[in-house]
Amino acid sequence: MNELKLVAVTAGLGKPSSTRLLTDRLATAVTEHAGAGSAVDVHVVELRDLAVDIANNLVSGWPSSALGAALEAVSDADGLIVVTPVFAGAYSGLFKSFFDLVEPEALTGTPVLLGATGGTARHSLVVEHALRPLFSYLHALTLPTAVFAATDDWGAGADTYGGGLPARIDRAGREFADLLARLAGDGIPRARVERDARAAGQDELDGPGGQGEADVVPFEQLLAGL
Amino acid sequence: MQFGIFTVGDVTADPTTGRTPSEHERIKTMVAIAQKAEEVGLDVFATGEHHNPPFVPSSPTTMLGYIAARTERLILSTSTTLITTNDPVKIAEDFAMLQHLAGGRVDLMMGRGNTGPVYPWFGKDIRQGIPLAVENYALLHRLWREDVIDWSGKFRTPLQGFTSTPRPLDGVPPFVWHGSIRSPEIAEQAAYYGDGFFANNIFWPKGHFQKLIELYRRRYAHYGHGTPEQAIVGLGGQVFMRAKSQDAVREFRPYFDNAPVYGHGPSLEEFTEQTPLTVGSPQEVIEKTLQFREAFGDYQRQLFLMDHAGLPLKTVLEQLDLLGEEVVPVLRKEFAVGRPADVPDAPPAHPALARA
Repeated sequence: MNELKLVAVTAGLGKPSSTRLLTDRLATAVTEHAGAGSAVDVHVVELRDLAVDIANNLVSGWPSSALGAALEAVSDADGLIVVTPVFAGAYSGLFKSFFDLVEPEALTGTPVLLGATGGTARHSLVVEHALRPLFSYLHALTLPTAVFAATDDWGAGADTYGGGLPARIDRAGREFADLLARLAGDGIPRARVERDARAAGQDELDGPGGQGEADVVPFEQLLAGL
Repeated sequence: MQFGIFTVGDVTADPTTGRTPSEHERIKTMVAIAQKAEEVGLDVFATGEHHNPPFVPSSPTTMLGYIAARTERLILSTSTTLITTNDPVKIAEDFAMLQHLAGGRVDLMMGRGNTGPVYPWFGKDIRQGIPLAVENYALLHRLWREDVIDWSGKFRTPLQGFTSTPRPLDGVPPFVWHGSIRSPEIAEQAAYYGDGFFANNIFWPKGHFQKLIELYRRRYAHYGHGTPEQAIVGLGGQVFMRAKSQDAVREFRPYFDNAPVYGHGPSLEEFTEQTPLTVGSPQEVIEKTLQFREAFGDYQRQLFLMDHAGLPLKTVLEQLDLLGEEVVPVLRKEFAVGRPADVPDAPPAHPALARA
């Protein structure tokens, strides 16, 4: 049986943070709906812990080993959950800076569940006008259902229509688990297959033990391509 | 094994005094540093090429020609010559002329540059960076080897019955390195021609460069130039030394913290842990540099960055004394130990040097 690699990127700055809380609930919902038939490996990336490394990568050009591992986990994920607090009407700068460091093709075809937290429900469309275009740019496959949690949603004053936040989390988890299952097809998630094919194209650096000489673009071909 | 220095030619304020040298002063400084390199027994001086402030070396062969007249043994090189935005015909002419004047003490390193606007300033499209490097070098390679050429390509006006003058000294073109920090295509290009590959590893962790150099070595053998071990590899390095390690750290820290490119980023400690930068005693520099061979195999040229970030000339000259007197003699001896007899200890020298 193939283990599903679910990676959750969370950009909350507090400890504990409501952003992390929403992230964990979404991950749990996806895992539950994935059912007994499939094992899910959940890996949470806390951007707060990587904040200085992210800034250093922006100015120096390379990631620390911890940041490198996080970027690799995100690039290798079968499904991504991304959750950011709303800052100045959009995702936080830390959240954007992290995704600025992901290789341009790394998320192509990767299913993504969008989430955001904010002070009031007036920010709820941030998932549509800020988060979704970012992941569309990265050619990721965003789930139509996204989850926004306002402060009120955690207590009295919550929007209880249709079951409130717990129901919205549950619905998103169910739909995302369905999407992952459908994309998995014969058991190997399609995002992983496509990513492996892409990686094979880049593996000329990895030598004959890996993908072999066929992956180098021979120089005659570079000349002929002019 | 060849040891030398490469300079970026930046005009940077000394962060400890706030004083910024003039362009004139910096240019004269670069010449003094090159002369000092020869004096302390180094083999190579290489200058960068830039077309924007705060850098002064826009005209490398002019500077190298002047240095050639004031030195006797030093090999004059570049780090790098922009193969993308320079006219390959002008490169062929300029470096052949330099070769004659310097009696063959010339090689050069091709690079694509790291400043985006240079492409449009010179009428080129940055998205064509690799194709420009491929086509321009293919033309340059022919210009030095064929007396009369007919040529047409995508990026330059065609040539009919063209002869690049002067012809290379004794008919032997300068040795060429290809520098890259990222692109496997450039490692492939170096391998195809049997040229040298220079990995300027000073800003990046070594794992990345191990893959790039391994690819170059493997493809060098594939194209029949020799075994992978015989491929011609050059590496960068960056050091600051004082007799006592803690003195080196204390003195260099303000320069590191404010350096162009990496200043205000990772700490000095993180940087020295992850990149070739060594700030410490000559012995520490020796130990760190010897590790390069373990990571990359026997190689032929080691260049150090010594004169950037606003370091005053006096300090740089002291650094070169330490490098020439305490570090390089030990490295020469150590690198010779265990180098297989069939692995060259230097890039091919121009035949004129054997006569000198």
